[in-house]
Amino acid sequence: MSDMDPITLAVLKGRLEQIADEMDATLFRSAFNPIIAEAHDASHGLYHAETGETLIQGKSGLPIFVGAMAYATKAVIDKAREDGNLSDGDVYIFNDPYDGGTHLSDFKLIRPYFRDGALFCWIASVGHWHDVGGNVPGNYNPVATESFQEGMLIPPVKLYSGGKLNPDIVTILSANSRLPRSVYGDMNGQVNALQLGIRRLDALLDEYSGPTVQQALTTLRDRGAVLMRARIAGLPDGTWSATDYLDNDGITDEQMQITLKVTVKGEELTLDFTGTSAQCMGPLNISRSTAEAACYVALKHVFPDVPANGGVLEPVQIDLPEESLLCAKAPRPVGGYTETILRLIDVVFQCFAQAAPEIAPAPAYGTINALSISGHNPGGQRWVMFSFFGGGHGGHSDGDGLNHGNAPISTATIPPLEILESAYPVKFTQWALRPNSGGEGEYRGGLGAIYEIELLADDAQAFLFGERGRTPPPGVNGGGAALRNRFTFPDGQGGWAEPPMTSKMTGLKLTKGQRVRLETPGGGGWGNPAKRAPALKEQDQRLGYVETKDKA
Amino acid sequence: MTDKSTVIGVDVGGTFTDLFFLDESTGAIDVVKVPSTRGREADGFLDGLSRNNTRLAEVGTIVHGTTVGTNALLERKGAKCGLITSEGFRDVLEMRRRDRPATWGLRGEYTPVIPRDMRMEVPERILADGTIDTPLDHDALRAAAQTLLDQGAEAVVVAFVNAYANTAHEEEALQVLAEIWPNEHLTAATRLLPEIREFERSSTAALNGYLQPVVASYLDRLNTRLGEEGFGGDLLIVQSNGGVMTVDTARQLPVRTALSGPAAGVIASAEIAAAAGFENVITCDMGGTSFDVSLIAGGETHLAAQTSIDFGMVVRSPMIEISTIGAGGGSIAWVDDAGILQIGPESAGSIPGPVAYGQGNDRPTVTDANVVLGRINADRPIGGKLDRLDVEASKAAILKHVGEPLGLDAIEAAAAILKVANARLAGALRLVSIERGYDPRDFSALPFGGGGALHAGALIGEVGLKSALVPRYPGVASALGCVIADMRHDQVRTVNGILGALDTDALAAQARAMGDEGLALLGDGGISFTGRDLLVELDMSYLGQTHTVAVPVALDALSDRDQIKAAFESTYDTAFGSHLENVAIRVLNLRVSAIGRRPKFDLRVLAPTSGVTPEDAIASRRQMYADGGWHDTPVYDRLALAVGSVVAGPAILEQLDTTIIVEPGQNARVDDFGNIVLAAD
Repeated sequence: MSDMDPITLAVLKGRLEQIADEMDATLFRSAFNPIIAEAHDASHGLYHAETGETLIQGKSGLPIFVGAMAYATKAVIDKAREDGNLSDGDVYIFNDPYDGGTHLSDFKLIRPYFRDGALFCWIASVGHWHDVGGNVPGNYNPVATESFQEGMLIPPVKLYSGGKLNPDIVTILSANSRLPRSVYGDMNGQVNALQLGIRRLDALLDEYSGPTVQQALTTLRDRGAVLMRARIAGLPDGTWSATDYLDNDGITDEQMQITLKVTVKGEELTLDFTGTSAQCMGPLNISRSTAEAACYVALKHVFPDVPANGGVLEPVQIDLPEESLLCAKAPRPVGGYTETILRLIDVVFQCFAQAAPEIAPAPAYGTINALSISGHNPGGQRWVMFSFFGGGHGGHSDGDGLNHGNAPISTATIPPLEILESAYPVKFTQWALRPNSGGEGEYRGGLGAIYEIELLADDAQAFLFGERGRTPPPGVNGGGAALRNRFTFPDGQGGWAEPPMTSKMTGLKLTKGQRVRLETPGGGGWGNPAKRAPALKEQDQRLGYVETKDKA
Repeated sequence: MTDKSTVIGVDVGGTFTDLFFLDESTGAIDVVKVPSTRGREADGFLDGLSRNNTRLAEVGTIVHGTTVGTNALLERKGAKCGLITSEGFRDVLEMRRRDRPATWGLRGEYTPVIPRDMRMEVPERILADGTIDTPLDHDALRAAAQTLLDQGAEAVVVAFVNAYANTAHEEEALQVLAEIWPNEHLTAATRLLPEIREFERSSTAALNGYLQPVVASYLDRLNTRLGEEGFGGDLLIVQSNGGVMTVDTARQLPVRTALSGPAAGVIASAEIAAAAGFENVITCDMGGTSFDVSLIAGGETHLAAQTSIDFGMVVRSPMIEISTIGAGGGSIAWVDDAGILQIGPESAGSIPGPVAYGQGNDRPTVTDANVVLGRINADRPIGGKLDRLDVEASKAAILKHVGEPLGLDAIEAAAAILKVANARLAGALRLVSIERGYDPRDFSALPFGGGGALHAGALIGEVGLKSALVPRYPGVASALGCVIADMRHDQVRTVNGILGALDTDALAAQARAMGDEGLALLGDGGISFTGRDLLVELDMSYLGQTHTVAVPVALDALSDRDQIKAAFESTYDTAFGSHLENVAIRVLNLRVSAIGRRPKFDLRVLAPTSGVTPEDAIASRRQMYADGGWHDTPVYDRLALAVGSVVAGPAILEQLDTTIIVEPGQNARVDDFGNIVLAAD
């Protein structure tokens, strides 16, 4: 381990994090699409010049990118080697999910940072663009069987060469989106964020010298590994396993499973996913890099004080079976990656809850429920209302799970219903907590929600991409399961129907006055319900969090 | 002395109640500091008043900055309050915007100030365009109110969906409730905030209702006590926006006092800086657990549209923008498992406080580092509660918790704590300056409160500031701010239209109507103003963006589309470097502020009328650690220094409520107002 003056190290850590945070903030404020501006589905950081490993990452971006961006940077490093002409002012752009993670909506802009003529590190920006083509507006296509149906795929190419924009790339990108202006605005926002990072790094290196900052980055990485080893060593040695399920792949109504075996041995940790289902026809697949990033997110929830850098994964071995759900090959569709990584995180929590009950929460609601309702204005223009919906967090050793939280992979907030109603011809008839939806336990799971939406226009279509419709979020350490996800719509005979694929639906036709209803899962319960404090039980009844009647 | 010529500013903080007396006819001033009496704030208030010879009958105005509201929110000690919502939406308040308290760990809960069994739904619905979809059910409303009363509600809040687009149902509900509600504690959310976004509006209204009984009874008690002492003038309350309001308004809108005290300090700082010729300053207030900074550029304070008092406790009402980081004198220094020195966020606060206080804490704090390095006078602790500080205990704690893990001796470790703490404070200054496009070389730090001046000199170098300006009485800045603050009323209406299609004449007419309403609120309560102003702002964005920028527009320019567009593009350029062409522009909200300018006084009255040379002001000498070594350092009596005196660093300037460190290579000059200007040689 490099030896560095502890004072300078602590100071530089703060300065470097501030640079990444500031890049996040700049993009959030200037973004054109609400998925970045409000949902913070973006991230910025500094990455290792040779390996692409994460050096520093902003604290306000989407958690899943904390792991994924290292793979994206590595993909650009490989491409730059192949190109052989990397120069100052180059900016690579791409969204290839098999070569750098996540899904097609996430566009990565990656730029080398040179100091005294040598490559010092990479600066990267990733943001979720509003529409990147494909069969479905907004790109959540639950019946995709090839990634070609999910949107355009751009391999790493130079958007800028030596500081000069290649306008042809912009023309291609714009032509392939339903919302070219939004794409153009967000791309510019990301370019500006990278430029800001360059300016701030210049100032920092002027002040502290390149070698000193480089040494700090190396030391911080090494310290991350030391800290992670200490956390692992704090667990008992042993092996624990868990299996959890996905409803179906949207094409064939067959349950799929993710199986994990966690082994702790001294300071080393192994996550072995042998037994997980094979890659599927529908869009529930994820690539290897996405799976490894999701493991990182799960570990950081279990050990929140480990830093966001590559050192943390040093003592962790991740075994992913080839051509499984978690290690899919192109062009298997990956648009629904969020559902699969949420389930992966759930099995990690379930294993750690066995190893050390106090450190792991019970699984949260486990689905992002991407619901869009779309139609045409009287003038013929298309409107698309698109949002992710919330649910409960799992109970944990400190207390009950949070009611109506955001997903573990995200820090996104939900738009106000008044903003949605002012922009689209819909009326929410309910926006409420869902009683009984949290799993029971010594500490109860947080409650999910009920959202009921009525169409005010003559006709529209609804699309849903969800999960947890068949297997509810389980409890841990004796805690109970939450209520499952339920999406219902008029069955045409005065009653309510559920989609054949339970949590996934395309092209549901709605007419004026018809409603759809989404009831989201709560979180799993933690610990034996018999040990729940009587005062808390009384409060659950008084506040209607738990209703004795109508246990659905 | 002329009748009623005295104005008194009173800032009741967590630890001290500060008073600033000004006789406007003679220019005579006095400052008083007494301990606060938590829970019985009026006692400390009256105690402070009695320490000065002023007869209350001769006092024209008392202006009060209060933390009664803030504390009730932070300690969850508000009233039992009920909420009545549209059918289907009683949980909006508890569901927030689907956020969580911390990104990592998935722990943490949220308890709304109005629990679920105190939230009732009534049939009623207004659509986004303002049309009535379902009429308000009066019987259901009465029944809901009765249930809340039966369950012990002391206050009630009405918050209906889309009421920003049509307030008819909330107004109707107020009338119906007024017939049966036994007290005056009624809040309609759109009366407070007729702005789109149901959670933010409901939360602001809920916190208002939660505070009404608490703040009203405090103000009533205070008014009665003041009356008994012969006070017959005006009592005014400082709002979070830095303006003052009448007691009547404060009783109705107590949520506007959420950041009353800190706001007054920033107002005073702006005035002190402007008088001293400093247009650009960053105010720094270092307390026991936090460091608050606020930017004043071109003499103007910045307002934030919204803040969170705690997780999920959102107040949407303009307030002086104050950025807080968790690094104060009581912040604990520790070495994490990766071997990295960290400061905070855990704090020893003022009880038990730093190790040096000897009250049971054995983990070292930033104050302990200052004590060990001779920067704080161990023989004369500020606050007056302790006789002396235990330097050896501080040293032992620093060695054990920081020195040994890092391989440093106690002094090196204390210096490391200070260095890392200063780097964190510097980060807060950078956040509000560099990150918003300002150049720190154009700015000076302005510390107020007790702790900031200890670090101000170091921050000049750390951030690259021009200088630091230490007011003559930094400990009573908030009380001084009370005396200076203007009266102010902010209003907002949601417009939500495309600029190209907007009826700008109607917009201008609405702004004028809001202006008239605001000016009327300034009142005819006999309060004298030197002028009345209306400020108009539009919240605007490009179509498709969700974040808006606040665009100042002259009232007369509102009916001119081109002028509005030009103002937006100019604001956008400042915020993001460039603007876009051929993209539609949206106007979300119209904001109108009515300001009654209160008479200013010449801050020169604060300056020393006599004074001595630096040599004669040296009270003692002590060893102080700076720049890697010990210095035999003179300690000056700060208030004795004459105008124009220059003291070379290293030096220590002491006064009753603060200590100013002049670092080696810097000097301190007393300006015409008695302020200290710290700058590099």
